[in-house]
Amino acid sequence: MAISANEVKHVASLAKLDVSDAELEKFTGQMDQIINMVQQLNEVDTTDVPVTTTVTDAFDVMREDIAVKGTDRELLMENVPERKDGFIKVPAIIDESEEG
Amino acid sequence: MDYFKNDLTSLHESLVNKELSAEELTKETFANIKKRDQQIEAFLALNEENALAQAKELDQNGIDRANVLAGIPIAIKDNIVTKGLRTTAASKMLENFDPIYDATVMEKLAAAQMINVGKVNMDEFAMGGSTESSAFKLTKNAWDQTKVPGGSSGGSAAAVASGEVLVALGSDTGGSIRQPAAYNGIVGVKPTYGRVSRYGLIAFASSLDQIGPLTRTVKDNAYVLNAISGHDSRDFTSSSKEVPDFTKGLDGDIKGMRIAVPKEYFDEGVDADVKAAIKDAIKTFESLGATVDEVSLPHSKYGVPVYYIIASSEASSNLQRFDGIRYGFRAQDVKNLEDVYVRSRTEGFGDEVKRRIMLGTFSLSAGTYDAFFKKAAQVRTLICQDFANVFKDYDLILGPTAPTTAYGIGEEIDDPITMYMNDILTIPVNLAGLPGMSLPAGFSNGLPIGMQLIAPQFREDTMYKAGYAFEQATDFHKQVPTIGGQN
Repeated sequence: MAISANEVKHVASLAKLDVSDAELEKFTGQMDQIINMVQQLNEVDTTDVPVTTTVTDAFDVMREDIAVKGTDRELLMENVPERKDGFIKVPAIIDESEEG
Repeated sequence: MDYFKNDLTSLHESLVNKELSAEELTKETFANIKKRDQQIEAFLALNEENALAQAKELDQNGIDRANVLAGIPIAIKDNIVTKGLRTTAASKMLENFDPIYDATVMEKLAAAQMINVGKVNMDEFAMGGSTESSAFKLTKNAWDQTKVPGGSSGGSAAAVASGEVLVALGSDTGGSIRQPAAYNGIVGVKPTYGRVSRYGLIAFASSLDQIGPLTRTVKDNAYVLNAISGHDSRDFTSSSKEVPDFTKGLDGDIKGMRIAVPKEYFDEGVDADVKAAIKDAIKTFESLGATVDEVSLPHSKYGVPVYYIIASSEASSNLQRFDGIRYGFRAQDVKNLEDVYVRSRTEGFGDEVKRRIMLGTFSLSAGTYDAFFKKAAQVRTLICQDFANVFKDYDLILGPTAPTTAYGIGEEIDDPITMYMNDILTIPVNLAGLPGMSLPAGFSNGLPIGMQLIAPQFREDTMYKAGYAFEQATDFHKQVPTIGGQN
């Protein structure tokens, strides 16, 4: 196996995803196939080959530093799932059952 | 009004001569969409009230004779943000998302007085090649409703091919405009990276994504690309290169054009009927006075693995923003803040999106970065060099768009590798930032075959010129599908 169930579980947690046991088996099998496919890149000699991360020739694009009016606060809040008193409402960082 | 009997030029003439008002055209378009979409299911949201108001206003002010796009309805892929109009990227994550601003392309279409009739279906966050990963609808191929429309711009392609609209916008990260255009027998163009602003395109893989038009004819496509191209200070990767008039060189004269055909694009994975159609197309180009030679793109077979690492890595980073806090889906009954993140993402994203986020996260992890992400980014350089070598001696590259015609709904959705291999002929173009076009080149068992033309960066003009000449010499684009027993 190119990747184990434990590794998939770890990667999922890094990506803030929860994977059930049934899904874990399916995802591990599929990820394993994908990683096997990807490993054919090892047959390419890339000694001294530079990386390509963008295909634009633009470099350090500058603009004038002019103050412009920002987006209206009410407008920005329009898609917020829960709000209270003009703020975004979220649950406590620690478990609410542990609150003193 | 029948979209199968019209193109932009003929409709514009009817509007200018007042044989048809923009309001009538818009009303007929919605009536037609409501009827055909019972079979095709391309639309996720209709923009009826605003579209009719805009059409009425255009009628009052008069249609601009110099603007062929004035008053023409257009459908928009649902990953392009539209102010006040529900934009979901076909994900439960954005099921209730109403953007507070317009994408740059929407501002440009509005300036060109085109009428946005609604948002069309796609694979969730543009990840997929069949539109089956949409959280909301199963869109059907215009030619056979048991087949997929391709993807990820499957809604855009099916809407155009079924005569619901004349024009749609899609986006293309690894073939997502060209492959559905091929499966539906229409013209789809992915412009050069940087030609069209990505501002307001919901990001999937930022070094690969481009917005482009899907139309029934080459010339219509060129008109729309004229309207949406150009530099935008809100997208630092958009190019400040001058935008030529892409309709200008469309005269059918391609004598002396040097066309290259990569031998790798005819490997065993490509269907015999597809190969035969492209070989016929080569003869057509030769009869038009072009020279056609076989060349090699030796690293093209590595395109798929390179793409899945790079695109997934960029996606895992881009999709971090969906955390359930400021917008988008938030899971209910959560205990703490960590739970908001994990449960919102787990319940909001579909399986294909999760697979790619995990593959990307894995490729970028400390222990695997060199072997995966860096290796892929190096092989990407070799793929770019392959193209650069060929373009030293040739004006254009020609090949099939996809290895097969449209496959059956449900056939490949659970088999990621087979699904990913469908993109083998389109992916290298995105990796190198080149412009690519798919146009109709034949049929196999009643399903359309697409031919792909690839040009050097910022040479869309060459691609349109060749595509137009081929189109005028053939009649594949005149075939129309039968939907629900009627044309």
